[in-house]
Amino acid sequence: MIAHHIRSSAVGATAALALLTGTAKAEVEIEYWQYFFDARVAAMEQLIENFETANPDITVKMTHFPYADYRTKVAAAIPAGEGPDVVQLFYGWLNDYVAANLIQPLPNDSFPPDMIAGEFFPMVSAMREGDNYWALPTAVRSLALFYNERLFEEAGIAGPPATLDEMIEIAKKLTKTDAAGNITQVGITAGMTAQDHHWFREVLVRQFGGEPYLDDYKTVNYNSDAGVKAAEFYVGLANEHEVTSFGFMDEPQAAFKAGRAGMHIDGSFRIGSLNKTRGLKWGVAELPANADGMKSNYSSYWVNAITTKAEGEKYDAAVKFMQYVTSDEAMQIWLDVVGELPAKPSVGLTEANANDEVFGPFIRGLAYANTTKFANESAQRQFLIDMVERIDLEGQSAADSVAAAAEAEQKLLDEYYN
Amino acid sequence: MYRNLSVHQKQVVWAWAFLAIPIIFYAVIRFYPTANAMLISLQDWNLLGDRVWAGWENYDKLWNDPIFWKVFRNTFAYLLIGTPISLLVSFAIAYHLDKLRFMHGFLRMLYFLPFMTSAVAMAWVWRWFYQPVPIGLFNNFLSTLGIAQIEFLRSTTLALPAILAPAVWAGLGFQVIIFMAGLRAIPRSYYEAARIDGVSGWTVLWEITIPLLKPTIVFIVVFSSIGFLRIFDQVFNMTTGDPGGPLNSTKPLVLMIYQSAFTDFDMGYAAAQTVVLFLVLLIVSLVQLRILQDR
Repeated sequence: MIAHHIRSSAVGATAALALLTGTAKAEVEIEYWQYFFDARVAAMEQLIENFETANPDITVKMTHFPYADYRTKVAAAIPAGEGPDVVQLFYGWLNDYVAANLIQPLPNDSFPPDMIAGEFFPMVSAMREGDNYWALPTAVRSLALFYNERLFEEAGIAGPPATLDEMIEIAKKLTKTDAAGNITQVGITAGMTAQDHHWFREVLVRQFGGEPYLDDYKTVNYNSDAGVKAAEFYVGLANEHEVTSFGFMDEPQAAFKAGRAGMHIDGSFRIGSLNKTRGLKWGVAELPANADGMKSNYSSYWVNAITTKAEGEKYDAAVKFMQYVTSDEAMQIWLDVVGELPAKPSVGLTEANANDEVFGPFIRGLAYANTTKFANESAQRQFLIDMVERIDLEGQSAADSVAAAAEAEQKLLDEYYN
Repeated sequence: MYRNLSVHQKQVVWAWAFLAIPIIFYAVIRFYPTANAMLISLQDWNLLGDRVWAGWENYDKLWNDPIFWKVFRNTFAYLLIGTPISLLVSFAIAYHLDKLRFMHGFLRMLYFLPFMTSAVAMAWVWRWFYQPVPIGLFNNFLSTLGIAQIEFLRSTTLALPAILAPAVWAGLGFQVIIFMAGLRAIPRSYYEAARIDGVSGWTVLWEITIPLLKPTIVFIVVFSSIGFLRIFDQVFNMTTGDPGGPLNSTKPLVLMIYQSAFTDFDMGYAAAQTVVLFLVLLIVSLVQLRILQDR
């Protein structure tokens, strides 16, 4: 009897052991890579924790790199069979990643294209090819006008501007100069090096009646009356109205953070760092409309994709992980932690989010936003930096400078697409 | 087999065995990448995809790129302004420091400190010095005098000298030390003989000190020329945001290489520029050695 007991418990123990090793075998580890940005890493850690709780047989290992090394590491690792199963990339890099065979399309049974087209913001359609999506975002970004509430109060201004003309009038009241005539506080920050090049392309050019690009962003079209007027308006903020100064306090966001700027145009990703700035009381408003009330905005996004390295059970796990990071729940977490906006209107445009004091203007901006398809964002930004500098430093006419910028950018686009 | 070798032959074998380590190191770490860079310069590669043969396409693009020529001129501007200035200033300091006994070690240390400081940290501090009011040190000073501010870094003419200044300053300490070592190496007896003959100080400097310093001068000129031709840290860190300054007015070749490679991911184009830089460095060094060496 006793012997039987012992034997049966031994059998039980063996069975339990077998079961244990069995589950251990079924456990899959997948790797996730993204670039390092404090809040994004924190949000992803939270997502991974939730995902692992729901899928105890899958572990996700996150690795992050400084932004400057990110692309090099990804490019070296995946072809070598190392590196991530799920990878984060900027929407503008998709063509390069597809051409280099680094990522594989999402399976259309788990990611039905028609459902995605219906659920996500329309700009995500850039990730679609035929019956498949290559990659999907958790969050999207847009621009808005940040304003310093203390400086507004001090200058007796009731609220943020609704139009560009109002913006200039308010900026004039907020600008301060010293005895030598130097600006010591700007009404509005300016600098193509920051987010202003997006503001110029997708907002100002359109508000002055133009269309910045044609032909799915393969043809530059801002070399027009509208483009010249937009450039004159932009440079005029410094040279004609004297409400700003390029290069003031080194970087626009630094001037705003230091309380030396009344207004500042920036992306939703700035919210996190402004929240941490002590003593700064700030508000957000939608970008000012033109005189006819026409509004525009620029939006962009980072996406996640499954790499060609993921095969077999790792692939299945990667699909599950992708489904989770593009879920409604993940989007709300991303919004709360990072401040980036949900990629689905159903999540973003909830009553609570759309009326949120901080997120509201960004989310409302998404409704009329445009997404530039960049071939090389930093080079295309440089053309606009140079355009402003030719007018501002060398006194070139806006028309000539805009024409030169458009010509240089077109050359780059031609090289890229052909 | 080893046993049958003579003592001399055994010594040769051992010498080669030890020499093999640096030779292999150089082959793998230096020569292989150099050869590979030359190969990539004839190819098209965006770091992600396959390398595609492009022939002379990258060099052709380089020849027709106005930015490259601008950058080429900037690179030589750094060299032609930076080298003589740093040479003269460091010689003047070393010459006078050499005669000084009071606090000699302390002063020498002060001159040497910037050389030991990280170039990145120094660049950011100078960047802050150069800012417009209300944060820039120099401009705040001008502003208190009621003088309009100077846009040091946002100027197509002033930005390059403004960036060169900290670069010269940083290299000064090293050159002063080398000059002082050179001055110390000149035998005292020459000076004593000159004094007995009643020769003027100027002639002593011109006829004794400088000719005998020639090896030191050659070394410093070659060394600092290579340094200025390869200038990067200062420019990169003082002009991030608009890399290479307004309208590329401060962009040196190395920064252009960096941008082609790691922001445009045009590795072939970057490699072609690297080959050009290599040739420039080679030619400049050879010419300087030829001119400054004793015939």
